[in-house]
Amino acid sequence: MNIIMPLVWIAAVCAAAMAAGWIFRTVAVAVSPRAIAKALKSAPLTASFGMLMILIYIVGAFLAPAIAPFSETEIVGREFQPWDDVHLLGTDSLGRDMLSRLIYGARNTVGIAFATTIIAFAIGSITGLLAATVGGWMDQTLSRAVDVLMAIPALIFSLLLLSIFGTSVVTLILVIAIIDSTRVFRLARSVALNIVVMDYIEAAKLRGEGLWRLITREILPNATAPLVAEFGLRFCFVFLTISALSFLGLGIQPPTADWGSMVKENATLITFGDITPLLPAGAIALLTVSVNFVVDWQLHRASGLKD
Amino acid sequence: MTDEFADKDVLLTIKDLRIEGRSDETWNEIVHGVDITLRKGEVLGLIGESGAGKSTVGLAAMGFTRDGCRISDGTIDFDGIDLRAASAGDRRALMGKRIAYVAQSAAASFNPSHKLIDQYSEAPVQHGVMGKSEAESDATDLYRRMQLPDPDNIGFRYPHQVSGGQLQRAMTAMAMACRPDLIIFDEPTTALDVTTQIEVLAAIRNIVEEFDTAAIYITHDLAVVAQMADRIKVLLKGDEVEESDTASMLSDPQEDYTKSLWAVRSYARPEQPPVAAGETPVVSVRNVTAGYGSIDVLKDVNFDIYAKRTVAVVGESGSGKSTTARVITGLLPPRKGEILFDGQTLPSDYRKRSRDQLRQAQMIYQMADTALNPKLRLRELIGRPAQMYLGLQGKALTERIRQLLDLIELEPDEYIDRLPSELSGGQKQRIGIARALAAEPKFIICDEVTSALDQLVAEGILRLLDKLQNEFDLAYMFITHDLATVRSIADEVVVMKEGKVVAQGPKLEMFQPPHDPYTELLLSSVPEMDPNWLSDLLKARGEA
Repeated sequence: MNIIMPLVWIAAVCAAAMAAGWIFRTVAVAVSPRAIAKALKSAPLTASFGMLMILIYIVGAFLAPAIAPFSETEIVGREFQPWDDVHLLGTDSLGRDMLSRLIYGARNTVGIAFATTIIAFAIGSITGLLAATVGGWMDQTLSRAVDVLMAIPALIFSLLLLSIFGTSVVTLILVIAIIDSTRVFRLARSVALNIVVMDYIEAAKLRGEGLWRLITREILPNATAPLVAEFGLRFCFVFLTISALSFLGLGIQPPTADWGSMVKENATLITFGDITPLLPAGAIALLTVSVNFVVDWQLHRASGLKD
Repeated sequence: MTDEFADKDVLLTIKDLRIEGRSDETWNEIVHGVDITLRKGEVLGLIGESGAGKSTVGLAAMGFTRDGCRISDGTIDFDGIDLRAASAGDRRALMGKRIAYVAQSAAASFNPSHKLIDQYSEAPVQHGVMGKSEAESDATDLYRRMQLPDPDNIGFRYPHQVSGGQLQRAMTAMAMACRPDLIIFDEPTTALDVTTQIEVLAAIRNIVEEFDTAAIYITHDLAVVAQMADRIKVLLKGDEVEESDTASMLSDPQEDYTKSLWAVRSYARPEQPPVAAGETPVVSVRNVTAGYGSIDVLKDVNFDIYAKRTVAVVGESGSGKSTTARVITGLLPPRKGEILFDGQTLPSDYRKRSRDQLRQAQMIYQMADTALNPKLRLRELIGRPAQMYLGLQGKALTERIRQLLDLIELEPDEYIDRLPSELSGGQKQRIGIARALAAEPKFIICDEVTSALDQLVAEGILRLLDKLQNEFDLAYMFITHDLATVRSIADEVVVMKEGKVVAQGPKLEMFQPPHDPYTELLLSSVPEMDPNWLSDLLKARGEA
């Protein structure tokens, strides 16, 4: 019995997740325009589930003030209250409502991770495509600069930079974005290197196209598939980095709710057999898995494989 | 010829073979009931254009299909063994030992990190036919019979250390390793130059005759199949058109489709009046020497191209044809010499040329697949040059794009918003032509534009180019290694070898003796429809 019950539970949760994915896909196909509906139809259940979860996170992040029963910073009760009707998930180490902080955490952590990933991609892909297209000294300068940045372990480097520049949200975003853009640079450059040797690029050059047009119209559309897939993965890594930094106390600063620091602050409860502190960690895990489901599907589509 | 084999045992019987391919979640039949009977020692030629199902049928003769395909009906009987019912293990015991396969691209089919002789001996050792050392001495023997240079040592080279033609012969030798009863040749000489092709054809034919091996020879080149096959079967879109022995198939084809295949090579551009004295050539290549690194690929190349004229530049791969094109377009600045356009010197680097100079000279590429950006719709692919060079916008631009699509004989409403992937090979090449025309140039370089296409489609492209030339007074530089194409489209011919122009002149002169030795070699290497052509040629060359 002891072994079977958890297995039954896992099976039930998986089945429920897939069912949710199926319902979401059916609804999404019905309401989307035709071109998108066709793509959605081919989505596996895992990807549908992932998309549903991401959607829920996004809604939660945008509507946090409306959904959350309390404010994220307000002390509304005693410390470490158990789950009850008022505080559905209890209270934290200072007596703030856990559920409210979890919802606001989606806004803070996910929002910052998203902004960071976008900036990292903007910097990384533009420089990467530029290096591949122009080549020569431009490629050498950028690539060697990136090599230097990559030679320093990312977490140590960001800890160092954050200690120097302080721990405001803007510095946090910029520091992680710049460190992460080196990885994007590598990918964008290697993808673009395979594209710039194509005849159509030669034709565009001979036509007299400028560098900007060459990059945006001729190269970028052909590099989007791998870049989009990488975007999903990078987003997860950025997410984990922010949580890790918060856990170490250099990320998002209190009293702002953040999943990483929420785990740290309430960690003592784990010793009492309470799973509440693990909920933020679970939220991180669920989003990471969901994003990867969607990314896997996109990768599969981009590779043009037929099963 | 059929009688020659009538009393021999039947080796392979395929009855009512149907194969389905999967696309968009549904299975569509791509081969609709093909029958093949092959007797021991007989060579069957399978011909047809791409998409006819030649390779699919060839593979099915081994009981095998590509991913995404399945055999839906019919029987495949190889010497009493039902290949469809046979288990994977039973089939594996046959492959390489009794049935062998020679692929189109030997370069892609050899494992680049093993020596030739190790790859040769793998099959016989695996099947327990020979020991390792025995297999290696056997390999040397076969390499000698395949007339490979230095047969004792060539096996110890890696695939990248031998030439394409040698690799194709090494592959045939490898297929012969276990002395199979049946070999499937899938376009083994399509990727080779005419001069190399001869050697490979001769070697394949000798060895097949010597070991009395049955073979299925797949090709789209009629003249080649005429040399190799005892019988010919014509396929069209997965259906059998007709089958008969080679001689009667060539002299007296029954079906209209076969007749149209046979007639392709007859197209010829009408004779042009001679160029008026004192006319300035559109493009002059003057004393050009150019190359990569320290090597000169081009050595003192000179020729002129006049308006309304087509100059064909011919030669084998590596002769500098494409490099000449790169010098003219400015991608490769020459070390010495210059390019004149309408009598004016062009800057040697394309980046230094004015927009108008760039507009005047356009290029059409060999591989339309890589020459068209796969993510752009035809509207933008064709419209961009018109927008850029002629400043067309909005309605005027759309109108121009429709006009261009009309010119290349594609229905504008249907095609204007398509992606290149939604077109056939011939249509893609037409888009390449439209893109060049959109710039309203005076001069177009056609780099092997028909060599990746089927003969019927290629002929359509040649006719189109010809029509456009007359309509817009274009000058063409036509790079090709196919002399049949030269015959049909050129006014003048430039023969290149090792970066030098070895002969040049009007087409009629070039195709009439006396030739210089290299032109003679090239001309005589073009396969002809006469089934005895190869034997006669080899005999003549042997005596010389």
